[in-house]
Amino acid sequence: MSLTNFTIAEARAKLKAREFSALELTDAYLAAIEKAKALNAYVATTPDQARAMAKASDAKLASGTGGALEGIPLGIKDLFATKGVHTQACSHILDGFKPGYESTVTQNLWNAGAVMLGKLNMDEFAMGSSNETSYYGGVVNPWRRKNSNASLVPGGSSGGSATAVSAHLCAAATATDTGGSIRQPAAFTGTVGIKPTYGRVSRWGTIAFASSLDQAGPIARDVRDAAIMLQAMASVDEKDTTSVDLPVPDYEKALGRPLKGLRVGIPKEYRPDGLSSEINALWDQGAQWLKEQGAAIVEISLPHTKYALPAYYIVAPAEASSNLARYDGVRYGLRVPGDDLIDTYEKTRAAGFGREVQRRVMVGTYVLSAGYYDAYYVKAQKVRTLIKRDFDEAWAKCDVVLTPATPSPAFAPGEITDPVEMYLNDIFTVTVNMAGLPGIAVPAGLSELGLPLGLQLIGKPFDEETLFQTAFAIEQAAGKFKASQWW
Amino acid sequence: MSVDDKTVRRVARLARIKVEEKDVPKLAGELNAILAFVEQLNEVDVTGIEPLTSVVATDMKKRKDVVTDGHYAAAIVASTQSEDNFFMVPKVVE
Repeated sequence: MSLTNFTIAEARAKLKAREFSALELTDAYLAAIEKAKALNAYVATTPDQARAMAKASDAKLASGTGGALEGIPLGIKDLFATKGVHTQACSHILDGFKPGYESTVTQNLWNAGAVMLGKLNMDEFAMGSSNETSYYGGVVNPWRRKNSNASLVPGGSSGGSATAVSAHLCAAATATDTGGSIRQPAAFTGTVGIKPTYGRVSRWGTIAFASSLDQAGPIARDVRDAAIMLQAMASVDEKDTTSVDLPVPDYEKALGRPLKGLRVGIPKEYRPDGLSSEINALWDQGAQWLKEQGAAIVEISLPHTKYALPAYYIVAPAEASSNLARYDGVRYGLRVPGDDLIDTYEKTRAAGFGREVQRRVMVGTYVLSAGYYDAYYVKAQKVRTLIKRDFDEAWAKCDVVLTPATPSPAFAPGEITDPVEMYLNDIFTVTVNMAGLPGIAVPAGLSELGLPLGLQLIGKPFDEETLFQTAFAIEQAAGKFKASQWW
Repeated sequence: MSVDDKTVRRVARLARIKVEEKDVPKLAGELNAILAFVEQLNEVDVTGIEPLTSVVATDMKKRKDVVTDGHYAAAIVASTQSEDNFFMVPKVVE
């Protein structure tokens, strides 16, 4: 059996018992990555750095001073600044950019003893739901439809993270979620992804997309590993004033807590006309599992749900147009010379940004332009207040909300070309970002065509523990899912 | 509200993205599709509703007015055209 088959929890115990070394574990992953080029999950690997970090971990493990993730090899989404290493948000405009500083999230992971294998593919600037907008090409989902060799997308924007975790090309990965970019790819690949409460994880050193929505979290193979990862990633940070000064609980301790007395809300607005029967059935099954384990199922109403996605497509592009103004051909990466400075800016941004990024920057510029600010951005922010209020009222009736993670299983590259249709992939996840709440996607079954399907749990602010507790209960009932290796 | 070709050119200029003339009508169509999608918000009555400014109820943190980080200009300019830790740009003054 390959060393790459162990979860973080398993590898942690075996590393501590010196059954194998951190260097052996790292080498096994580097070999697996080498063999999986067809999946296009990594955009840069750092084997020398990985081996040096693993050797340092072995020294600490030998002296019994290892951290919580000592010797655990991780993949890092290309959105996180890693000192001296490829950090380009998978955009042409950041060509050659290697920051001279380290993001708080990755620094926390290295402080806990983790090993960096390399940087993971993603949609350009995290804008996409299929990983097709990456400058480095699409990522291939390890899962295929029954009796088919056709490629499927892994979802996005954290498509490289999801594929790498699902295909065992890292023990776990960092990811980010602005409208569903952790939870949707996790659902498409049979992995677990959690977007924590806004403010739980520092955003410092993470390339910004929409600052009031962006939040980092892990994608992992199971609920326990996701808990271990989030625990290491979360911190209050002086460099990010939106990071919240609350102690980080021991998330692993929440696993296995009995569900007796837990009230699980089922929002009726998440059952739109045309929702597929297999998604409906999965959702009912999930509620049934929780009920069997002692939870009470209650119907709730979140009446402004349908307005979350349109409001998101004002707020996110508006904030993106502002955040991406810094990519001007002067301070980072690509520069296309022009007749004068303005011409240099315009030519650089036309050549450096892909179509989807250009579209969103232009939508954002339009909705923020003189005369439209109140009609669009302020209106959307008011709708956000209503969405948040819906949840505040729901918490009187329930402790956690259960919904599907996505409206469908993974689709084929090129299958969705209409931007608005692509946006609908985030219909169940985006409300969570708009309200700043934590949400977790957990695999719950397979579709008729043999593809993973996920359920989503939404929690109260900073109640990630209840999400881990409930997701663990679903995982216990549903089991875990692994694609058979063809690559 | 819908966007015409002239507006696309103006927005592209504001966004500092060079748009080829042949791409203007297609972009106008795409922007209109997105704007039509967000028009749904007109159904929502937001009278008396405050815009959301913070998703978590917290006071704005203030930090001491001291230097805690920085002094690494060389690292900041390392990945681009620079000289003596300054960014290099085309001549802007004749």
